[in-house]
Amino acid sequence: MSQGQLLRVELPSDPSMLCVVRAAMERLTEVLGFAEPEVRSVTRAVDEALTNIMRHSYGGALNRRIELSCLRVHKGRAKNGEGFEIRLVDYGPKIDPAKLRGRKLDEIKPGGLGLHFIRQSMDTVEFRRARGANVLRLVKYLAREGRDGN
Amino acid sequence: MLGGKSLQIATRALGTTTVFDVTGDIDLANSPEVRKALLGEIREKKTPKVVMNMTKVRYIDSSGVASLVEALKASRDVGNRLMLVGLSPAAREVLQLSRLLKIFEVFDTEEAALAG
Repeated sequence: MSQGQLLRVELPSDPSMLCVVRAAMERLTEVLGFAEPEVRSVTRAVDEALTNIMRHSYGGALNRRIELSCLRVHKGRAKNGEGFEIRLVDYGPKIDPAKLRGRKLDEIKPGGLGLHFIRQSMDTVEFRRARGANVLRLVKYLAREGRDGN
Repeated sequence: MLGGKSLQIATRALGTTTVFDVTGDIDLANSPEVRKALLGEIREKKTPKVVMNMTKVRYIDSSGVASLVEALKASRDVGNRLMLVGLSPAAREVLQLSRLLKIFEVFDTEEAALAG
């Protein structure tokens, strides 16, 4: 495992796995010293990102591969720049970047909220296509109050 | 689909009100169950007041929120009411993030919803 790596798993694109990943994200972010609202933010973002992969990238197929890895990261040399990075990789078709913008919230209608939740919940949201895979990188930095010196 | 922690939806009839007691997380794996239960009560049975008791729902994702929005629109179409009770911090946050918290009728307790 590379330096800073905390967890690396492969999971099937089965929605029944979502509760398992949420439980892991909750425990991991708690151990890293995130405060409760940040724990919920990271958990929500990862859950919504996986949901998007299952629904849109894999079109509801249950047995496609998703790779999830979690790393401890540092933002420059700032002491308060400790953070948590999640990388999600899927092997679905290339995603149209225009579809990653999310919809406006002016209209009351179901659907299209997942991306909005991800962007609102994380400090960094980056998407790229690499070697035939979709790679989503999410980062959340520890707030000063939430740090416990670990 | 793998076996997972399933969602439980119990139904209580209180006069012209139906209360759904929901237990578990609402996510992509089970939000269709929530949608089906709510729309059946609102569109088919046309129950005047439907209360979604979410006291035991710790988490709800965007697909769950979409089900609630669809149910709310259906209730407005037929002229009845959909009320949400006992939102967890996570449920309250997603409704705030989607600017829907003020759109729904939200109550802290079932008693307040029934009196409302």
